[in-house]
Amino acid sequence: MFVRGLKRKCFDGEEDIEGTLAGIKAIPSYNLQRQSLLDMSLVKLQLCHMLVEPNLCRSVLIANTVRQIQEEMTQDGTWQMINTQSTGQASLDRLVSTDILCRSSREQAEGKHVPGYSTFNKDFEGDQAQDNSETMSTASSVQAPRNLQSNVWEMENPQENKGNFQKSLDQIFETLDNKSPNSVEELFSEVDNSYYDLDTMLTGMMSNTKMGHCDGLETFSSPSATTSNSNCKSDLNELDHIVEILVES
Amino acid sequence: MFLKFSLRSVFYGAGGGNDIQWCFSQVKGAVDDDVAEADIISTVEFNHSGELLATGDKGGRVVIFQQEQENKTQSHSRGEYNVYSTFQSHEPEFDYLKSLEIEEKINKIRWLPQKNAAQFLLSTNDKTIKLWKISERDKRPEGYNLKEEDGRYRDPTTVTTLRVPVFRPMDLMVEASPRRIFANAHTYHINSISINSDYETYLSADDLRINLWHLEITDRSFNIVDIKPANMEELTEVITAAEFHPNSCNTFVYSSSKGTIRLCDMRASALCDRHSKLFEEPEDPSNRSFFSEIISSISDVKFSHSGRYMMTRDYLSVKIWDLNMENRPVETYQVHEYLRSKLCSLYENDCIFDKFECCWNGSDSIVMTGSYNNFFRMFDRNTKRDITLEASRENNKPRTVLKPRKVCASGKRKKDEISVDSLDFNKKILHTAWHPKENIIAVATTNNLYIFQDKMN
Repeated sequence: MFVRGLKRKCFDGEEDIEGTLAGIKAIPSYNLQRQSLLDMSLVKLQLCHMLVEPNLCRSVLIANTVRQIQEEMTQDGTWQMINTQSTGQASLDRLVSTDILCRSSREQAEGKHVPGYSTFNKDFEGDQAQDNSETMSTASSVQAPRNLQSNVWEMENPQENKGNFQKSLDQIFETLDNKSPNSVEELFSEVDNSYYDLDTMLTGMMSNTKMGHCDGLETFSSPSATTSNSNCKSDLNELDHIVEILVES
Repeated sequence: MFLKFSLRSVFYGAGGGNDIQWCFSQVKGAVDDDVAEADIISTVEFNHSGELLATGDKGGRVVIFQQEQENKTQSHSRGEYNVYSTFQSHEPEFDYLKSLEIEEKINKIRWLPQKNAAQFLLSTNDKTIKLWKISERDKRPEGYNLKEEDGRYRDPTTVTTLRVPVFRPMDLMVEASPRRIFANAHTYHINSISINSDYETYLSADDLRINLWHLEITDRSFNIVDIKPANMEELTEVITAAEFHPNSCNTFVYSSSKGTIRLCDMRASALCDRHSKLFEEPEDPSNRSFFSEIISSISDVKFSHSGRYMMTRDYLSVKIWDLNMENRPVETYQVHEYLRSKLCSLYENDCIFDKFECCWNGSDSIVMTGSYNNFFRMFDRNTKRDITLEASRENNKPRTVLKPRKVCASGKRKKDEISVDSLDFNKKILHTAWHPKENIIAVATTNNLYIFQDKMN
């Protein structure tokens, strides 16, 4: 799970980050970490509906985490890189920075398209590329990484986000409750049917992930790419490619 | 299915103090690393005498081991456990209404106390509980008048004499037959079953409800706890475990995903939605994070044999509660505190949702629980000492006591220590059981069952 010999950096928010690209590349902020945690959680919730029967306890715990983040984000107001230093200094230690975050920033620098979710888990990233489902509302907040170049992190439409979060959580619990055969369809009603072709692939990958092919996922951020990072990246590209093919068919 | 592979350990070392010295005894299960999904052990339970040890697996099978009678000539070790009975308890089902598969995985096994020659146990999957009777047959009737020995009926005209059939010994046969099937009472997944001290009723708990059954009656059960909100969108808490008090037949507890335990008295009202006691430890603000709630979720609750205490397991610790004190546990033991800084990664790979169980020894002086890397931990409540041991085929040689293991959290790693980053998070010990009377423990790794004993002088 943890790559040997790769020392994990403790990201505790250097003061010299003032939104410069180089600074962002090196050390993600608390907000970024929180956002990535949020994205990861939403992906997890989504995925439990694709499998046989969701583990209710797990879903509830993840949903509560999402709510918690949402509440905090609402209280915090807009996304601003700068304001992290004074607040949440202690909490930063608890959020491990993600490889994806740094990869995203590298990709930004290279001008690559960042998929719909800057998710932690590379395996799930593919399906999100095409998941424009309105049930998941982080599309607007995901604009943030894309706007790195402009050095402005602003949460667009916080109210809309809040409403969308609530809506997505509600939908999730409704489907848990009233498990009609159409429930999964309802959740994904606005998504192209070719989405379902991803099921087998992702279910297989999910079980792989669970059984500990976590090495690639556990590379900790470092501006200099290590071998594992580049492996992740090539897998990710492959996955994107597969997804593109499936969705276009 | 289970390969019998046993090593008898004999150790005459100079033990220190009253500490138990654990020796490897046996390991059951496939040797190869490639784990067949169906062989994943999902529950382990000794019966009330400790003579029988039952395991359930993901394939819906139950395997019962029986301890050999102690051999007078080999008094230096206790009897081995050998396969006694194997049967398919649950089959996969398909819920056509919801278009969902119902897994056959055995979530829990609970033994009934023995009343006659036969043994009874309850086994449950996500939806259905079954009462199994395990009985021995070592005699069979022979000498029928109307039937041949192979069962074919004789031509009545050939019967010229009458005789009385007699019982003759035969090879021991152990038969398991389902005596009761308790179905269709749970909308959500059953996580616990617990037999009442009256030995007539038992409870079954799912994520949102707890039902009370009579062992003789399968077509109805009483709902005694229901925490389902009217509007599912408001759901924020689920039931994670439940158990009857070992002595008070009207008392039971249930734990939640928010780290609370509620004690209920069935005499108070028919629906025990209002608890008699609420056990909850206030959160430590210095440790607060987005994962605080998840790691506070209780994965197991077990009463002590005495009934005075109960133990809860959450992700990082084991807590002992005095039933008379609700506001905090009387003892807290850290199982693997070094994981606290890794919670985000453990969340990402779902390990943070692993449900570890815990158990008491027979005298309630030691508690045990599992961890990762096939480590398991024991905490002595009297001496306050703890030990970490590993369930592994490699490290087990005859005549040696298990070597204590140590995880190096940070800084310089000493010689025999393992660093946190080297831990294998796929090797988790979720299920452990302690013999009710002796120092014999059963520890389940993913697909192997290890039996350890203390050294005997």
